[in-house]
Amino acid sequence: MEKVLLVDDEKEFLEIMAERMSARDMNVTTTTSPKDALKKAQEENYDAIILDLMMPEMDGLETLKELKKNNPDLQVILLTGHATIQKGVEAMKLGATDLLEKPADLKVLTEKIKKAHTKKMVLVQKKTEEKIRHILAEKGW
Amino acid sequence: MNRQLDIEMATELRFFGKMTASISHEIKNVMAIINESAGLLEDYSLMAEKGMPIDPVRLKVVSERVAKQIQRADGITKNLNNLAHSVDEFKKSVGLRETLELALGLAQRLADMRSVTLELQPPSDFPNVITSPFHLQNLIWHVLDFAMDASGEGKTVGLTLETGPESVEIRFTGLEGLTNLWETAFPTKKEAVLMEMLGATIHRDMNAREIHLVLPRDVQQQLTDSQSITENSD
Repeated sequence: MEKVLLVDDEKEFLEIMAERMSARDMNVTTTTSPKDALKKAQEENYDAIILDLMMPEMDGLETLKELKKNNPDLQVILLTGHATIQKGVEAMKLGATDLLEKPADLKVLTEKIKKAHTKKMVLVQKKTEEKIRHILAEKGW
Repeated sequence: MNRQLDIEMATELRFFGKMTASISHEIKNVMAIINESAGLLEDYSLMAEKGMPIDPVRLKVVSERVAKQIQRADGITKNLNNLAHSVDEFKKSVGLRETLELALGLAQRLADMRSVTLELQPPSDFPNVITSPFHLQNLIWHVLDFAMDASGEGKTVGLTLETGPESVEIRFTGLEGLTNLWETAFPTKKEAVLMEMLGATIHRDMNAREIHLVLPRDVQQQLTDSQSITENSD
């Protein structure tokens, strides 16, 4: 079961998405506040974060930057009303996993979440292997 | 003169671009909610096909949600339509109630993005003025844009009107942060060009923390009067 955090200032959009994604066996948490999203991302371990690009309080790119600064392995998919190429490129440079335009096809989004989950698992596995290698080298076993 | 025209055109186009970009973003958000609502109904029908009972209340919630979004989209497209038609005539009699309501409707999402509340404080009278509707919207947006920056900790901008015999003042109230921003930031050349076209002036009331946009009741009359004053003084 994928653990997903949905961040969007449209409350109704969050409610429907949460219901639909939960019906697809995803564990979904929602918030309308980017600042709350940063807090949640530090407290919980999400497989993917779906982030709106334009929000009050904090711009989506700014939020993405903060999220990646706190946890570079975090898989962030941007969902936006209108993405300019410039914003898209900027988002990818900042480490976004993907970018989707609203209205998005839930099938496509679900696939992207699953891919993000797999990517995260690979990264976690790599990190664990590195840690073990480091311990082995240090202890000289 | 060419420089003046360049500023005029760039200011007009930027305003149009800014408003239509904001409107299109909002329409996309509405479409996203309707799209997901349709998806949710599809989910329910698939569940029903598998023999799972569907609570009618859930269907009602979706139907109400769609109806609400249609209302929202209707308001957004009305604003877009009114903005588009504001360029039909260069000079006409415009109602200030409709003008201010449109200005707030257009600015709403941009205000939300800045966590600023916009409040129309209805005056006793909403007079008409003879002016250029598009340039008036443009100038109101520029003042509103600055006023939002100057709203300080209160994060609220009020709009009201004061009517005089020859002029009307649109007052932007509650600007707690006006002190630090005013001197260097506003009005710029862009606003000056629009003010000249509309025969308008901008004043500040530091004690009340307000900006007053003063418009002549009849822009043509005002411009003719000021021209004859200049000619007489030459």
